[in-house]
Amino acid sequence: MPLHSKHLLGLDGMSREDLQLILDTAVSFREVLERPIKKVPPLQGKTVANMFFENSTRTRLSFELAERRLSADVLGFAATGSSVSKGETLKDTARNIEAMKVDMVVMRHSAAGASHYLSRVIDANVINAGDGSHEHPTQGLLDMYTIREKHGRLHDLHVCIVGDISHSRVARSNIFGLKTMGARVSVCGPATMIPRDIDRLGVEVYHHLDDVLPTVDVLNVLRIQLERDAGRLFPTIREYRQTFGITRGRLEKAGRVMTIMHPGPINRDVEISADVADSEHSVILQQVLNGVAVRMSVLYLLSTRN
Amino acid sequence: MQLLLKGGRLIDPSTGRDETLDIVVTDGRIDRIGKGLSGNTAQVIELRGKIIAPGFLDMHVHFREPGYEYKESIASGCEAAAAGGFTAVCCMPNTNPPIDDESIVHFIHARSRVALDGLVDVYPVGAVTAGRKGEHLAPLAELSAAGAIAFSDDGDPVHDAELMRRALEYSAMFKKPIIQHAQEPSLTMGGVANEGYPSASLGLPPMPRIAEEIMVARDIRLAEYTGGQYHVAHVSVAQTLDHVRNAKAKGLPVTCEVTPHHYTLIDEALSSYDTNTKMNPPLRTRDDVEAMKAGLKDGTIDAIATDHAPHSYDEKEVEFAQAPFGIIGLETALGLAVTELVRKNVLSFYELVEKLSTNPRRLLHLPAIAITEGELANLTIFDPGAEWVVDPSTFRSRARNTPFGKMHLVGKPIGILNNSHAFWS
Repeated sequence: MPLHSKHLLGLDGMSREDLQLILDTAVSFREVLERPIKKVPPLQGKTVANMFFENSTRTRLSFELAERRLSADVLGFAATGSSVSKGETLKDTARNIEAMKVDMVVMRHSAAGASHYLSRVIDANVINAGDGSHEHPTQGLLDMYTIREKHGRLHDLHVCIVGDISHSRVARSNIFGLKTMGARVSVCGPATMIPRDIDRLGVEVYHHLDDVLPTVDVLNVLRIQLERDAGRLFPTIREYRQTFGITRGRLEKAGRVMTIMHPGPINRDVEISADVADSEHSVILQQVLNGVAVRMSVLYLLSTRN
Repeated sequence: MQLLLKGGRLIDPSTGRDETLDIVVTDGRIDRIGKGLSGNTAQVIELRGKIIAPGFLDMHVHFREPGYEYKESIASGCEAAAAGGFTAVCCMPNTNPPIDDESIVHFIHARSRVALDGLVDVYPVGAVTAGRKGEHLAPLAELSAAGAIAFSDDGDPVHDAELMRRALEYSAMFKKPIIQHAQEPSLTMGGVANEGYPSASLGLPPMPRIAEEIMVARDIRLAEYTGGQYHVAHVSVAQTLDHVRNAKAKGLPVTCEVTPHHYTLIDEALSSYDTNTKMNPPLRTRDDVEAMKAGLKDGTIDAIATDHAPHSYDEKEVEFAQAPFGIIGLETALGLAVTELVRKNVLSFYELVEKLSTNPRRLLHLPAIAITEGELANLTIFDPGAEWVVDPSTFRSRARNTPFGKMHLVGKPIGILNNSHAFWS
C-alpha cells in the first residue's frame, strides 16, 4: 500500500492510514538499526539531496544517516558558501540540483510554505525538514512513534506541548498528527506565545502548568529561543523558568508520572531542568534514535511510490 | 468621425437617467441622445442588452513608472485600464523616485498623454511625506498646483500622529484628501497574513485586524479636529467600517474604498501558500467579506478601487514570506463586481456605476461626467451578462499576478470612449 502523497510537506491533512503506514513501516527500520550491519538496499541507485537553508545539526545528520542506511547516494547542501548567498532564488537553486538527476529533496527553510512551493516547481519527491514556523513533519512523526513505543497507543493519551507555540513547527506537526490519531492535545505557554485561534486546531489552551499537569500522559517540552524578540514576548529567562520551566518539584506536585520529551537542542535548566531531562521518564534520546527509523520509513515509502 | 451607439441601456447617475436610448457621438462629443436615432455617416455599434455608463475611475492603481517599468509602465497600465473599462485612474506615489516633487507629476502627465493617445486620464497621487519616509511633509502645495489629485504614502501608513495632523491641516487648504493605507505598523511588523486560524495553522507571521481599525479611528479623530478630508484606502476589516459609518453620520468628510479581492476572497485562500494570495492589507475572514458587501450596500463604502499592484513573474515566484504584496486588478474588476455584487444582490447596476465612477470622482473633486448632448463622451460600455473565464495570458497589463486565473465571471467591458478616442476590448 503506497502513501497517498508524492511529497511529505506536513502532517496537516494527512490521513490516519498514511500516518499509520509510516509509523508501522518505521518499526522494521527501527529493528534494522539494532543489527550489527545497519544498512539495507531499498534506495540503492537513488540520489537524495539535503538542502538546508537554515542551520541544523541533528535533523540534517539524522536524515543523512537514514539515507545512507537505505543505501542512497547523498548530496549535502548548506546555504552558507553556496550560490544562495549570491542571491540565487530557491527555484533556481532547486532546479539546478534537480538537473543533476536527483530523485528526492529534503529541505529545511526559514519560510513557512517553502516546501509547498518547492513541490510545485520540481518533479523530485520533496520532504519538508522544517519550514519556518509551519511544520516539521518528520519530527512530529518521530514524536508520535516514540509515544506509541512507550505507551502502546496514541488515542486517548493526553499530550501537552509546553513553550513557544507561535513560532514552533514542532508544535504544529505534533498537533496535526496527534489529533488525527485520536490523542487529546493541549498547549501551555505564555499568552504571548500562543497563536490566536489555535483552539480551532482542536487543542486546549493553558497558561498555568499546574492546571494541566495532573492529567498529562506525555509532556513535550519545546526549546525556548533565548534571542526571540528580546523581551517583547516574555520578560526574562528567569521569569520563564519560574513560570514554565519543567522541574522535578513541579512534576512531583502534579502527582502523576508522565513521559518527558524534547525535540532538542535542550537549554538545560531553562525550559527543562537537568534532572528531569535525564530522568527515567525522559525519552529524549529514544526520540533521536527513532528519528532515524522514521526518516528511513518516509524515504522508503516515498521512493516506492514512483 | 461619427459613432451611433444603438439600443444600449444608458445609466447616468448625474442626471438620474436609466433607460434604453441611442447615442450619437461625433468627433468625441455627444451629439444626440434619443430613441430610434440614425446617422448616415455613423459607424453603428449594436448595444442591445449592454450598458453605457459614465467612464469608470479606478482611484487606486500602481503604474510603477518611474522606477519599476519591468513590472508595469504608464503605457501598459493605461492599456490595462482601457481593457478593464476604466477611462481614468489615480496612480499611487510609491514609484522611484516617488511622486514627492512636481517634476514627477509632470512626467506622469507627459507619459500618459502619449499612452493610447491620451485615452485614459491618469491622475497622480502625490506623496504625503518627502520620500514617503514619514518624517516631514512633501511640498503638497506645489504638488497640488502641478496636478496631484490627492496625497498618500500608500504602502506605508503615515503613522506619526503629529505629522498626520499637519498633513490633514495643510492639505485642507487646497481641498485635497489624504488617502491613508491605514495600519498601525508596530502591530503588523513582519506580518504576511491575517491573524487568525489560517495564520495559526500555516505558521505565517500575523497581521491583526485591529491594526487597521485603530489607525482609522485615530485618523478620523484627527480629521475631525483639523477639518481635513480623509479617505481610507482598501478597507478590509468590518470594524473599520463602523468608524467610517459613525464619521459619516457626524457629517465628516470621511470616505473609503474597497478592492474586489477584499469582497471576494478570504484568508483561507492562503492554504496553498500561493503568493498571489499575499496582499496588504491581507485577505481577511468571511465575516469581513460580508461586512464589505454590507458597507457597499449601505453606502459606507464610497468606491470600488482595485489597488492594481503589478509585479514581475519572478518576483512572485518565490517563498511566500519573500514575495511582494499585491495583485493586479484592472482587468478583472468589472467581472468581479458584476459577479460578486450585482449577481448576489448587493448592488444594482445603477449603484455599481456610482461606486466605479460617480462617487470616486466626487470625493476627488473631479467634475461629474454627464451623458448629455454637447458634452465630451467619457463613457464605459460593458456587457452585463457576458460570461467569461479569466485568462491572465490575455491581459494588457505587463503583469500576471492575479489569484483569479481560471475563475468564471459574469460581466465584461466592451469598450471605452474618452478624450475623442476609443478602445474596444
